[in-house]
Amino acid sequence: MNAPAHGEHHDPFAAKLGMWLFLVTEILLFGGLFIAYSYMRARYPHEFHHAGGSLSIPIGVANTAVLLTSSLTMVLAVAAAHRGNLKRSLLLTWSTVALGGLFLVNKGFEWAAKFHHGVYPNSDHMASLPAGERVFFGLYFSMTGLHAAHVIAGMAVLSVLAILIAKGRIGARNPVVLENGGLYWHLVDVVWIYLLPLFYLAA
Amino acid sequence: MTTLAEPLVHTQPGFLDAPGRKGLLGWVLSTDHKRVGILYLYSMVAFFFVGVALGVFMRLEQLTEGRTLMSAQTYNALFTVHGVIMIFMFVVPGLSAVFGNFFLPILIGAKDVAFPRLNLASWYCLVIGACLAVLSLFTGPGAPDTGWTFYVPFSMKSGTNVSLAVFSAVVMGFSSILTGLNFITTVHRLRAPGMTWHRMPLFCWSLYATSWIQILATPILGITFILVMLERLFGIGIFDPAKGGDPILYQHLFWIYSHPAVYIMILPAMGAISEILPTFARRTIFGYRAIAYSSLSIAAFGSLVWAHHMFTSGMSAFGNMIFSLLTMIVAIPSAIKVFNWTATLYKGSIEMSPPLLYALTFIFLFCIGGLTGVMQGALAINQHVHDTYFIVGHFHYVMFGGTGFAFFAALLYWFPKMFGRDYNRKVAYAAWIPLFVGFNLLYFTMLVLGYMGMPRRYYDHLPQYHTGHLVATVGSWILVLGLVVLFGNFVAALLRGRKAEDNPWGGVTLEWKIPSPPPQENFETVPTVTGPPYSFGKEGGP
Repeated sequence: MNAPAHGEHHDPFAAKLGMWLFLVTEILLFGGLFIAYSYMRARYPHEFHHAGGSLSIPIGVANTAVLLTSSLTMVLAVAAAHRGNLKRSLLLTWSTVALGGLFLVNKGFEWAAKFHHGVYPNSDHMASLPAGERVFFGLYFSMTGLHAAHVIAGMAVLSVLAILIAKGRIGARNPVVLENGGLYWHLVDVVWIYLLPLFYLAA
Repeated sequence: MTTLAEPLVHTQPGFLDAPGRKGLLGWVLSTDHKRVGILYLYSMVAFFFVGVALGVFMRLEQLTEGRTLMSAQTYNALFTVHGVIMIFMFVVPGLSAVFGNFFLPILIGAKDVAFPRLNLASWYCLVIGACLAVLSLFTGPGAPDTGWTFYVPFSMKSGTNVSLAVFSAVVMGFSSILTGLNFITTVHRLRAPGMTWHRMPLFCWSLYATSWIQILATPILGITFILVMLERLFGIGIFDPAKGGDPILYQHLFWIYSHPAVYIMILPAMGAISEILPTFARRTIFGYRAIAYSSLSIAAFGSLVWAHHMFTSGMSAFGNMIFSLLTMIVAIPSAIKVFNWTATLYKGSIEMSPPLLYALTFIFLFCIGGLTGVMQGALAINQHVHDTYFIVGHFHYVMFGGTGFAFFAALLYWFPKMFGRDYNRKVAYAAWIPLFVGFNLLYFTMLVLGYMGMPRRYYDHLPQYHTGHLVATVGSWILVLGLVVLFGNFVAALLRGRKAEDNPWGGVTLEWKIPSPPPQENFETVPTVTGPPYSFGKEGGP
């Protein structure tokens, strides 16, 4: 543990530790919403059940598959970088970004359909729904919205990393930045794995 | 002392004269932890004086009955902005950002923090957040008027610039999180050879515990404030009872951060006191492990007491009882520290000095603040004093009497090391008199006023509270006089203080073994530590 101090030091373990600590803060950021969700669900079990039924399970599952595949390409990108196969790593990193984009497109269609049916915060249709369903959709838009913001952030981070790979700044000897980017991407994935049952399978 | 395998050699110039960029850019682009610490110091002291000015205006309004200077709306804006500035820009970064940045690497024998660039970025987060907060005063529909707690439903309905103000707090939260994860990694990875956990100075332990609270609690505040923004922008409804939401949920989420935040503010202060006392008692700290572990247990228990801010909010009686009990429990580790500090002084060869005087004042004022806190933890008393000046007096005893005075003590203790200049010690003593007298006139009177029933956040008062308000306002003038003398002394020292010795106080931890100011890289050769942090020789000398 007592690594000697350097002025300009490269300590991959420290970089990893820092990243994990950051992921803890991300989980807690969502944690506040999970607390709100569990409290509200306990308060309005029937309304949550009913409102959850209006979400399309096939689209939710398809999106889950897209996101899980993106995690797979991410892992393979890191593995390729470890082996020094940078061309492959670059391709896989861009694939991850593309899959993230596909997820967002799907999500966008889902939201658009909801808006089309008048389900959005402060709408007249929402005002006619029972209180528990309004809270359900409030949480749905907040949590999937915050998650989508994280997907966008993750895509931005991975794009920068892809550029670094192309420039040869990431490779078999210094893969830690890519590994950290991968950790962040997996976190985004894991959060979604919890969101799916909480909203789509609540019915 | 932090005994070393071999003495340190120094040939490099101090970091203030180090080669590299000159002028302002040499500061705002520097990733040197010492320069970042001083950037924090200057910006936070500036914010502090803005906060003080707002506080003085509030006191002036209370000088006479009825409208004195300002409208009720202006008064609402003043206490909101006073709270936001003092909390998010001064006491939360507090000793951790200034002295933690400057001294944590030095105290554990490292050349910098684990992530120097992230460290500078965290300062930028604070400054950008602060700029947004200031912007929220002068743009849009007017300064926020909700109080720094931004309670819903008022913060949802208020026509003032609440969204920007809470967003500024989110940005400043990033600063806190980044500093926290940086310090944790630093303590885990960058301790010098032989610097085991139990050879770390206690300031490092307190920073470590604080950092954990920072990264575990701050995100909750982030999401809570983001929800307030969503509520205001889109009417999302989670906190709005008209839409099925629950305003009490907001209070829970808010205090899940904001009570642990109180320990973010006070723990580094306690750590600094634990450094100062052994140096001037010329003996080792009493109960090293008890103090170190009590920091961790404060961090742990402090996370479980948040709802004691909500005893009158309509929680269940059972919930109230649980949180009351937990609140009593969290007083225990704080008391452990106070007893150990007192025992450290017992049979020590005490040498009075300005840092020690301010440190002892910290203990005295913190005891009043802590004990009034235990009083409020009791459900029956809480019903009586809730939302009165008693609360205001209590938290100013803890935050200002505690963290503020510890900040002054730490600045007096480490100033010669940080800047290589000596301040005038007589003036530092002289400043203490108005500070102490003014402080107690101002805040003890508030405790009394609150017990008599004066509600907080009112811009006016009834005739029976007039004498108390008069005394408190006069106290605020005396307090400001003390602050001006104290900081004037520092400014004079920076401009024309004589050169400080390397070890003016006879301290034994690592920072006193390097020159004043420290060289760019702190240590030319990485020190190897062979003993505990505070062992003084038998004669009471290092």
